[in-house]
Amino acid sequence: MKLIASGTVNGGASKPLSWPEAYGEDAGPRLGFFTDTSVCIGCKACEVACKEWNLVPEDGLDWTGDSLDNSQELSAETWRHVAFVEQQAPLRLEDGTATLSADGGAVEGEGFRWLMESDVCKHCTHAGCLDVCPTGALFRTEFGTVVVQEDVCNGCGYCVPACPFGVLTKRHLPDPARGGKEDGRVWKCTLCYDRTRDGIEPACAKACPTDSIQFGPLDELRERADARLEKLQGEGWNGAQLYGRDPGGPVGGFGAFFLLLDKPETYGLPPDPVDPTTHLGECWRAALAAGATIVAGVALAFLGGRS
Amino acid sequence: MGRRREPRRATQPVGAESYYGRPILKEPTWTWEIPVYFFAGGTAGVSAVLAAAGRLSGNEQLARRATFVNLAAITVSPPLLISDLGRPDRFLNMLRVFKPTSPMSVGTWVVSGAGTAAGVAGACELLGILPRVRTAAQTVAALLGPFLSTYTAVLVADTSIPAWHEARRELPFVFAGSASASAGGIVAALTPPEAAGAARRLAVTGALLELAATEVMERRLGFLGEPYHQGEAGMFAKLSKALSAAGAAVMAIGGRRRGGAVLGGALLAAGSAADRWAVYRAGFQSARDPRYVVQPQRARVRERAQ
Repeated sequence: MKLIASGTVNGGASKPLSWPEAYGEDAGPRLGFFTDTSVCIGCKACEVACKEWNLVPEDGLDWTGDSLDNSQELSAETWRHVAFVEQQAPLRLEDGTATLSADGGAVEGEGFRWLMESDVCKHCTHAGCLDVCPTGALFRTEFGTVVVQEDVCNGCGYCVPACPFGVLTKRHLPDPARGGKEDGRVWKCTLCYDRTRDGIEPACAKACPTDSIQFGPLDELRERADARLEKLQGEGWNGAQLYGRDPGGPVGGFGAFFLLLDKPETYGLPPDPVDPTTHLGECWRAALAAGATIVAGVALAFLGGRS
Repeated sequence: MGRRREPRRATQPVGAESYYGRPILKEPTWTWEIPVYFFAGGTAGVSAVLAAAGRLSGNEQLARRATFVNLAAITVSPPLLISDLGRPDRFLNMLRVFKPTSPMSVGTWVVSGAGTAAGVAGACELLGILPRVRTAAQTVAALLGPFLSTYTAVLVADTSIPAWHEARRELPFVFAGSASASAGGIVAALTPPEAAGAARRLAVTGALLELAATEVMERRLGFLGEPYHQGEAGMFAKLSKALSAAGAAVMAIGGRRRGGAVLGGALLAAGSAADRWAVYRAGFQSARDPRYVVQPQRARVRERAQ
């Protein structure tokens, strides 16, 4: 039996992580994505390339009826999802105007724009899915990314509600290797672990025709993103902001972060996500107190009868 | 998607709280086995404590029945847990690791330990052999019992689902009360009334704790507690409160007669089961509505900015 102490137990944003410490000399640079939505053209090449490379099965094209979204959401069968938002707001604002509303979103005004965003697993620094996985199927790679091992996952489904972004789901499609019985395992973006190990960039980033999806060492991506944000803000781009870039921010920063043109919720992203395991200490303390209440209740029930 | 939708505008207003009203979180993939297990495991845990306390106080009649209730309730638990897995044949992967950050991993070991202890204690009891082994096994089961009854609350609280996660301080007490009510109620129903006084008292106080903790939880959740009042969860929450209150009253007033104890015990067990179902369904409803995710988070961001 192995003792797995991964991630954080008790609100310890500074607790040791399994990367890079656990890998010692084998640790690679922390790799990630910077998805710059300001240049996304909604071509969905990322979705297609991801499906092809990772052999993700076909699960139907279902139009949401809202703009041009036909893949709905991230799931076991959709590891890149392009969100489309049609908005009556100007793409750029006059020079000198603030580019964010009081609420941190886009500024209202005359105009019309299309926001497109290729969503993906965030590969969180503090990953709720990884913390709660009871089998060790979810693990952190030498590149700091979070991957499900398909030969270990037993489909308990705990990671599904644990993820604050709703990234993971169970695959209900039939598995040919099981004679057509449902697959039953959880699947998600691996940041193309098989490619990164060979020094090749992930399929989605490779296929992106506008470099909206950029891949590389996270430190470099952060620098690039900062420069890009500064440029866009200087040009008055409405609502321009980075999401998940800050290592001191929600879930300790994302391995796959974004430049958005409105507040996160516009794209279906939580504005201040939390790794639920941050509060695990509080949960256990309450459970211990409740357990003590049971013992006290039983004791009182017996003592009460003697008097 | 086959579902009929309201006609809608393609544009999304500036300042919208979500992506065209779509959910942010995913609903759990857990099926009916899980809330049934919450009930069975909870009942098993408190029965184990009841059995040990009965033996300590020399109440053999009660101890014997509580031992069997413990054994029966924990025997159904692993099959329920295994059949919920997407890959039941890989159940053993849970036992390859112990992972403190995963309440499910911790819980698997608690169930395994408590189940083994209950099995040994139950077998010794049934065959009337090895009294010392029985005592040892019973002690282990009783020590693990309170964890068995409350860790399931930690299991659901350690998720991103607002109706569960934000109830993390109250849910263990709701489950503790619910488990005491069902275990006390069932043991009281099975034990001759003259020996069942302690089980009756535990059943009544358990139901009161369940009702009180639920009330506190719902109040403190406020807006996030809406799922506990709406839809299927709301229906079962209401049903649970009525059954538990009625069961407690019947047990308190008529529990000294066998008929009263059986009726009271049945009502309390049903109330406890309905409570677990309400909590389970509330999680689904909570995951479905992006407002529960966005509004508190946005409020936090606003607060930090000030």
